Parts: sequence; C-alpha cells; structure tokens
Amino acid sequence: MRAGALLLRTVPVAAIGFCLGGCQHGVLDPKGPVGAAERTILLNSLAIMLAIVIPTIVATLAFAWWFRASNTRARYRPDFVYSGKVELIVWSIPTLVILFLGGVIWVGSHQLDPYRPLASDQKPLEVQVVSLDWKWLFIYPEQNVAAVNQLVVPAGRPVHFTLTSASVMNVFFVPQLGSMIYTMNGMATQLHLQADQEGEFAGRSAMFSGDGFPGMFFTVKAVPGDAFDGWVQTAQGAGAALDRAAYAQLNRKTSFDPPTTYLSVDPHLFHAIVSQELPPQPGPDQGRGGPDISPKPGG
Amino acid sequence: MTAADITRGRPTGPDPYRVGHSSHGHSRAPGHGEGGPAPKRIVVAYGFWIFLLSDIVMFSAFFAAYAVLQGATAGGPTGAELFDLRITAIETACLLASSFTCGLASLSVEARKPLWFYAAMALTFVFGAAFILLEIREFIELVDKGAGPTRSAFLSAFFTLVGCHGLHVGAGLLWLLTMMAQIFAKGFRPDIVRRFMCFSLFWHALDIIWVALFTVVYLLGAGA
Amino acid sequence: MLGKLNWDAVPWHEPIPMIASGTVALVILGVIAWVVLGGHLPYLWREWITSVDHKRIGVMYVLLACVMLLRGFADAVMMRSQHAVAFKAAGFLPPEHYNQIFSAHGTIMIFFGAMPFVIGLMNFVVPLQLGVRDVAFPTLNSVGFWLTATGALLVNISLVIGEFARTGWLPYPPLSETTYSPGVGVDYYLWAVQISGVGTLIGGVNIVTTILKMRAPGMGYLRMPMFCWTALASSLLIVAAFPILTATLAMLTLDRYLGFHFFTNEAGGNPMMFMNLIWAWGHPEVYILVLPAFGIFSEVISTFSSKPLFGYRSMVAATLFICIVSFTVWLHHFFTMGAGADVNAFFGIATSIIAVGTGVKVYNWLFTMYGGRIRFDTPMLWSLGFMVTFVIGGMTGVLLAVPPADFVLHNSMFLVAHFHNVIIGGVIFAAFAGLTYWFPKAFGFRLHEGWGKAAFWFTLAGFYLTFMPLYVAGLLGMTRRMQRYDFEPWHPWMIAAALGTVVIAAGVACQIIQLVVSIRQRDRLRDVTGDPWDGRSLEWATASPPPTFNFATLPNVSAEEPYWEIKQRAREQNKLRDEPEYEEIEMPRNSPTGFVCAFFATLMGFALIWQIWWLVGLGFVGAYVTFVVFAWRDVPEYIIPAHDVALLDRQNRSARKDALSTYAGPAE
Repeated sequence: MRAGALLLRTVPVAAIGFCLGGCQHGVLDPKGPVGAAERTILLNSLAIMLAIVIPTIVATLAFAWWFRASNTRARYRPDFVYSGKVELIVWSIPTLVILFLGGVIWVGSHQLDPYRPLASDQKPLEVQVVSLDWKWLFIYPEQNVAAVNQLVVPAGRPVHFTLTSASVMNVFFVPQLGSMIYTMNGMATQLHLQADQEGEFAGRSAMFSGDGFPGMFFTVKAVPGDAFDGWVQTAQGAGAALDRAAYAQLNRKTSFDPPTTYLSVDPHLFHAIVSQELPPQPGPDQGRGGPDISPKPGG
Repeated sequence: MTAADITRGRPTGPDPYRVGHSSHGHSRAPGHGEGGPAPKRIVVAYGFWIFLLSDIVMFSAFFAAYAVLQGATAGGPTGAELFDLRITAIETACLLASSFTCGLASLSVEARKPLWFYAAMALTFVFGAAFILLEIREFIELVDKGAGPTRSAFLSAFFTLVGCHGLHVGAGLLWLLTMMAQIFAKGFRPDIVRRFMCFSLFWHALDIIWVALFTVVYLLGAGA
Repeated sequence: MLGKLNWDAVPWHEPIPMIASGTVALVILGVIAWVVLGGHLPYLWREWITSVDHKRIGVMYVLLACVMLLRGFADAVMMRSQHAVAFKAAGFLPPEHYNQIFSAHGTIMIFFGAMPFVIGLMNFVVPLQLGVRDVAFPTLNSVGFWLTATGALLVNISLVIGEFARTGWLPYPPLSETTYSPGVGVDYYLWAVQISGVGTLIGGVNIVTTILKMRAPGMGYLRMPMFCWTALASSLLIVAAFPILTATLAMLTLDRYLGFHFFTNEAGGNPMMFMNLIWAWGHPEVYILVLPAFGIFSEVISTFSSKPLFGYRSMVAATLFICIVSFTVWLHHFFTMGAGADVNAFFGIATSIIAVGTGVKVYNWLFTMYGGRIRFDTPMLWSLGFMVTFVIGGMTGVLLAVPPADFVLHNSMFLVAHFHNVIIGGVIFAAFAGLTYWFPKAFGFRLHEGWGKAAFWFTLAGFYLTFMPLYVAGLLGMTRRMQRYDFEPWHPWMIAAALGTVVIAAGVACQIIQLVVSIRQRDRLRDVTGDPWDGRSLEWATASPPPTFNFATLPNVSAEEPYWEIKQRAREQNKLRDEPEYEEIEMPRNSPTGFVCAFFATLMGFALIWQIWWLVGLGFVGAYVTFVVFAWRDVPEYIIPAHDVALLDRQNRSARKDALSTYAGPAE
C-alpha cells in the first residue's frame, strides 16, 4: 500500500515531466481552465490505475519467471486452485479501485460538463460555430462579424460556443483548450471554453467527415481584450458580408481554405442553418465512373 | 504434397473421414440419451427458440427506432390521422385465427392425420394471406395519400416495423407451402415433424410480435 | 441489364488497387490451377467444401481469418507508411483511396479477421471439449461459414469493381447516406456485413445450442472447461447483439435504396439513433471477440502451468458478469455528443465496472501460474505477452471511460492505440496462442517452436513500437482518419509507428515461415499420442487429428478436468481403461448446401450492390431452392460400423499405451 501511495505521488510527476519534454501543444499542455482540469483528471485516473497495473505486470513477470519448470527451488503446488482469501482480494482490489474511480467519474462528469458555464466575473463571449464541408465558420453574433478557419478570442474571458453542422457530423476540438463536442445538422450543441494565456492553438475536427477532412483545421488566437476589439474592428472594415448568397458560395465542398473574415453577418443565419431553413449541404458530384460508383469531392 | 498428406496421421487403417460412407439408412447408434446429449427433437426445438429470440431482438431494434421517431413527422401526417383501427382489427383477427388453425395442424401432426393436417394448413395459409393482402392494401392506401415511407422519419419507421413483420409472414407462407409439400411427399417422418414443429413455433412467434406491434403502433398511435 | 455496373467501375488508372488485385487474382488462379490440374478438386469438394464436420469447418474459418488478417495487415502497412510520409505532403494515397483503406482495414479485421478466427476456434474446440461428436446443427454450421466467406469475398471484390466504403468501419450517417456517399462503397459494406452477419448469427445459435443441450454424460455446467464457458457467453452475446446490427444496417440500407429517413438530415431522420443502435451491438461485439480469447488464455495458462485453473467458479462468474454488463456501456463511444452529465457519468461508471470482471480474470491467471511448473512453449509466450499488454490496454480503456478524459481523447490516436492494444494484445494474441495450441490436435503435428517464438517476439516488440507512439500522438491532439497532416510534433511519432509496423511485418513473415517449415518437417513434429502439451480437457483424450466422430465412445465425465483425471488414473494404475465395447456411430452426411447457398448469396449480394434486380431475384430463388433440395433429402446420416470405430480407437489406445510406458513421473 505504501508503494501504491508512493506511486500515486511519483507517477503524475513523471508524467508531467514527460509532458514538458515532449507533449507541448497537446492535451497535456493545456492553456485554459477546462483543459487543465481535464488533464488533472486524466493524470489522477492514470495514477490510480497504475498503482495496481504496475504491480500486476511485475507480479505476472515475477510469477512466470520464478515458477518456470526448470526452477527446482520453486514449490510445485498443483492443488492450489482455490483460496477464499485470495478470491476476496481478487474481487475487492478492482472493486475498490473502480469505486474510487467511479467517484472521480461522477464528480468530473458534472464539473466538466460541456454545457456548464465557467465560473468567471466576465460575461462569456458568444460564438456560433458551423462545421461545413470542409471548413469551420465562426459567427460572432454580438460583434456581427464572422470568420472562416480562424477563431480569435480574448484571453481570460470565457467563450460560449453554440455549434451546429451544415452537412455531416464533425467534432469541434481544440486540444489545448479542452473538451470537444459534436456538431450535427438540425440541432445545436453547446460548449464552454476559456483560454487563460495568449497564444495560437491548433484546432481541428475530430470526426471523420469525408474526403476533405484532413484540411478541416483552424487556428485559435487568444489575444488580450483590447487586441480582440481591434481585430473585430479590422474585420468589420474589410471583406464581404455573409448574407445568404455569400453563405451559399461558402457552402460548397472545399478543403484547406485559407482563413478569411466577413464584415457583417445575416443575424438569422445560424438559426436558419439549425432549423434547416437553409437546407443541408449537397453531396459530392464528379469522379471516376460517375458519382454512382466512386464520387470525388468538389466539382 | 496435398492437404491429405498433411492430415494423414497414421500409416495404416481406413481414412477416418471416409469410413462408413458406403452404408445407408438409420440405426439406433449411440450418442443420444440419458445424461449425454439431448435427443434431436429437443436440440432442434431449443436451437430454433434461440433463433426466434434473436429475431425478437431484431424486432425490438425496429420497435426502438419507431419509438424514437414516432414524433418525427416532419410536418407530415401523424399516426392518429392515418391508422384505421377497423382494418387492423380484421388483420389481427386473421392472424390470431391462423395461429389457431396452425395449432390444429400441430394436433393433426401429433395424431398423424394427413387430411386434417392439409385442411388446417390450408386454412392457416388463407388467413395468413388475407392478413398480408390487407396489410398491402393499407400500405398502398397510405402511399396514395402521400404518406409513404419517404415522407417522414416516422413513416419510415412505421413502414419498416410493420413491413418487417409482413415479410416474416410472407416468408412463413412460403415455408407453410413447402411444409405441406414435404408432408405430402415424405409423410410424417421424424425429421419432417421436427421441421413442422419449428414452423409452428415461428408462426406463433409472429403472432406474439403482432400483438406487441398492434398495441404499440396502432392502438397507442391511433389514440395519441 | 447490369444496373449501375459498367466498365468505368474498374479503377484502370489507379496502380495500387490494380497491382494488388492483379497479384491476388494471379495467386487465386494459381491455386485453382494447382487444385484442378493436380486432381485435388474431388478431394477438396468431398472433404472440405461440402464437409459438415465441425473440425473441418473450424479449420476453414481459421484459414479464412488468416488470409483476411493478411489483407487487413496490408491495409495497415499502407496507412502507417502514408502517415510517415504525409507530413505537409499529399503522401502516396489520395484521400478517396486512403479513406477506403482505413474503412476496409477496420471492417476486414473485425468482421473477417477476428470474428472468423474466434468462431473457427470455438467451432473446432467446443464439441471436442464437451466430449460430443458434432455441433447441434452441422449443415447449418457449414452454411454459416460459407456466408461469412461470401461477405469476405464481396469486400475483396470491391477492390476491383467499384469502391469500398469511405466512412470508417462503422458507417456513421449522415456521411454514409446517399447524399454524401453516393457511390457503391457503403453498399458493399452493408451487404458484405449483412450477409456475413447472418452467418455469424447461425454460428452463434449453433454454439449456444451445442453447449446447452449437447454435452457428454456427466459434463455438468460447472465441469465445462473455461473455454466452453467463454464460448457460451460469447455466443449468447452474438444471439443478443447481432440482430441489432442486422436491424440497424437494414435501416441504413432502406435509407440508401428506397429513400427512407431513419438517419438522414432531412424529414426528421435521427443520425444519433444510428450511433446508439450500432454501439448497442458494437460494444457487446468487443466482448464477443475478447471473451473466447480469455477462454483460450485460461486453457493455455492452466495447461502450461501444469495446474488447474485457479478460481474456476470465480472465472465463470466474471465471464457472465462481463457478458451482462457489456450491454449497458455503449454510450461511452460518444460521450462528446453532449448527452448531459448524469448520462455520461452513468455510462462511464458502468464501463469501468466491467474492468472489475476483467481484473478478476487477470488475477486468477496470475494465481494459476503461482505454484505451477511453467513451460514456455509458444502458446504460453503469447499468453504472457497478453497479460502484460492487456492490462495496459485495459487501463487506457478505463481512462477513456472517464468522461472528462474522453472529452480530450475521443476519436484521437490515443483511442486508436487503445483499441489496437486490447484487440491485438487480447484477441489476436489469443488467436495465435489458440492456433499453436490446437494446431497439433487439428493436423497431427506441432508447429515449429523456433519460428513460433520468433513470431511472438517480433509481433510483441512491433506492437509496442507501433502503438505506444500512437498513444503519444493522441495526447498531442492528433485525431484519427487523417489522410495528411501539417502539424510538426506528430511527425516523429508517425515515423516510429511506421518502423514498428516493419517489425510486426517480420513477425507476420515468421508466422508464414513457421507454417511452411512445420508442414515440411511434419514427420519430425508429429504428435502421435494426441496429447502433445500434457493437456487437461477432453480434446486431448482423442487422437490427433481426431477421427470424424471425435470419440469412439462418449467419455463419462466425473470431474472438472475430465481428461486430466483419466490420465492420472492411467498413470497411477500404469494402464489404460479397459477397452470399451465399440458400437456403430451415426454421423451427419456431407452436404453442398452451405457452398451452393453461399454461391447464390454472393450473386444476390453483388446484384444488390449494383442494383441488378433480375440477378437479385435469381439469387434469392437459387438460395431458396437449395434449401428445399436439402430439406428433401432422405438419408441425412450415415453409419460408421463398429469394427471401423474399433480399428481407429485401438490405434489411439496403443499410442497412448506407449506414451504411458515411457511416462517417467510428473513433468520436471
């Protein structure tokens, strides 16, 4: 048990060390409260389990080695087939661990529920997210601007995402900020995230969505509050308006789209997508043997 | 080198896979009996029951889909607007009656009375066919009303659930005819009787599923 | 006339599928030519294709599985090498090809690699262990096998004619709906899996009935070997779960073919329902695969530790516990869909509770070794490799069952590493352990130990080298199914994983060499006694290979380890039991029903994919007529005369008598 307690303390340290060495940019290098809490739960659960997994592996190898047929010093006990005490331990060790872990799961699931607003003295920034084939559209309803494949947020302020999809399922995922969530056509999901530090973080879809899927990434830029306002102003001053016609243009199958911004947004656009007032995106068209046999993306 | 060389484990003696292939007919060879493997009748019935259970699991998936999609009418007609309980009551009566006549057929098999058997099976077929025809008529009417399976998710689930049961009844009718032909050609041979037992289990199971379907889809749906 | 089929369906301009299929076609033609010209066709038809012997069918299942494992491995090699080179580059596989490869890889490995392997071993071993002569429904057994082969054939046809699904091994809608996947790929998937699923269901019903209703006299439930228990649990799961798959895929098929709206974006369809339904099958499926694997390890560890299984009853309880709980965990495959905290927490806890059953099993194996005399033959090496590897996989599995952790690991390479860790470390290691363990029983000679051990060490090392980097890539935020990527930190790990694949390939090569060498040296490796490993259950009581009737007289079981008991008595008394009175034996006749039926099922499946409706009708009528013809036969069985039975059994007895006279006491 003391060995277990020691492991409980050393393993997270070792894991963090490993993370600092090789895990920059990943989920073990979080830049926000959600990601940090999830990393803690991940490492704690790992430590709880390593406390029995490592002894089990060691015992497996040790028993196998000691009781090898050629070892004359090992006592052969062919009648050792049942022991109430051993059975009790055998059932209780995993049960206790799972009881413990069950508590972690229950508390963690509630605390880190993606729908749960983050504790903050600042009002969350509203962002509407639409996954398209194959790019991300971010609408800022309060600022009346929109961006494709680029998400600029003020550091230190919570962001409330409302997400939907214009075609197939996708998963919105910024590894360094934490929780991911599905985007689905005809419905809206929600997610609360926050970036604590300024910086650029990679974001992408975590749900395969077709041939253009690998190009479906975006950059999250966490900037100071005033820099965010500056970005909004810049965006409002250039580019095109995202009205229904521009959306129809955007809603074509493209991949690896460069980041762009829209100076204004049809205020009902997101609602029109969620309510399917704007129909879901059409499918692919051309290809070898015609679309019936083997369609290719684009057209 | 052939696979025969590979598997040939012993130098002399008969090929263990070939011995006895020349003889025909039946015998009282051991292998079945007290304490050992169950008699064939039990094994067959048991196995078929397991299969029926799996079939019921399949139906429960369709039931689940129907329950989920019941409200997804996409602005189209609802069950209450579509279902005609009068017709489905007649369908139910047909199917229950066919189950009864199928039971009569079982009794005549037990009693080894071929004429009674054919009569009962023919009645079963008539009732079963009437059920199917009524169902097809209902489907055609719905499609004519613009309430076909492509109208809404609710109607997709409805047509699939009811249609899957209908397909089972259709397959049952095909089996029924085959069964009659077999008894005609082979008589009440033990293996044929076992097969008939499976058929009657199948037919009664369809009845049970229909009772659930009638309740969940039609009674609850028409009332809602 | 030919539906959607035309010459454009063949990818003439794509070198990889053309070269691959050309090679495969040459090999197949070569084999067919060898069979026909060598005059082996009658033998093959008589002894294998039409065989309803559970042992032959089991062997054919395993053979199919091995071939398909190779095919799936070829896909894996392409994926790993694509990832090694596709950093800021397109790599050598365009997306539409790469996406087919990972979809085919998953489909093939699960449905046509792991499943037939496990079912094949169950088929071969269960009746032998139960001390009976065959499964409950021998002809249906053959139908089940051939339908599985049909599915495998259809998947491979998609390589040359048309395309395979590009949706992943589970075709999530709406991506798999006609709107987004108008090609024939998803249709290939649907019909291949649907047809082989029927075969699997038949196999499951068969094994459940066999175990519950056909056991040797005295073989009570709590005297059944552990493998039979796990086979029972697995087959019960097949019976309870596969119909859900059938229904779900039928719904998707209706969506695609007739414009229904089960899972579409439009008209009220509900794609989330697909995910719930498919995983209501999919998670039990994991245990369908891994429970028999646990059974194999139980047999192997007990045999090679020269000890009975520790905590047998506890193992049975753990097996049934896993069997039941496996139906209450499916939602953990999509915690990130936003189901709400209570639901996520419930399924997270239910998932980790399964680990209790698995943990109990691991400890019981541990204590089986404790106080044993362990021989490190190849099957035991696979088992030890499994115990170490599987607890790591189990641990990462529980990690993924913790919803907040899954929120950052879902659909990542961490997940990919996890399920390969449990499926390779669990199911595939078990398959190889079982193959080496029961091979001498099936063919009468052992597999070559040296090559077997080399295969083990290469596979084990290659496994760690391939999948540990994938864990790291997952922690670095790499998601699965990416044809290319531009993110620097992942690249070195992808290269490492590709190198690992090379090591695994060496393991695969060793397996093939092992088979060839063993066949060539079969006289040296001959197992005369029928009991090469000093076994404990009834399959070792009969000759290797067993005669078609398995046992000359049904054994009378009076203890938990029936054959060990017989053997111990013989050793103590230094003589075999008195020769029994031989009687004639009734065995089921061979039947081409399975093969012919599968032929028509192939036609029908192909026709359905390409929407050649007249051929669909023809296939259906053909299959129906096949069954009627089968039902019409008058002589379903044949008799093996008592003197033939006696002749065969006396050979086995004399071999065992020789072995007994050279027996020098408990193994040292």
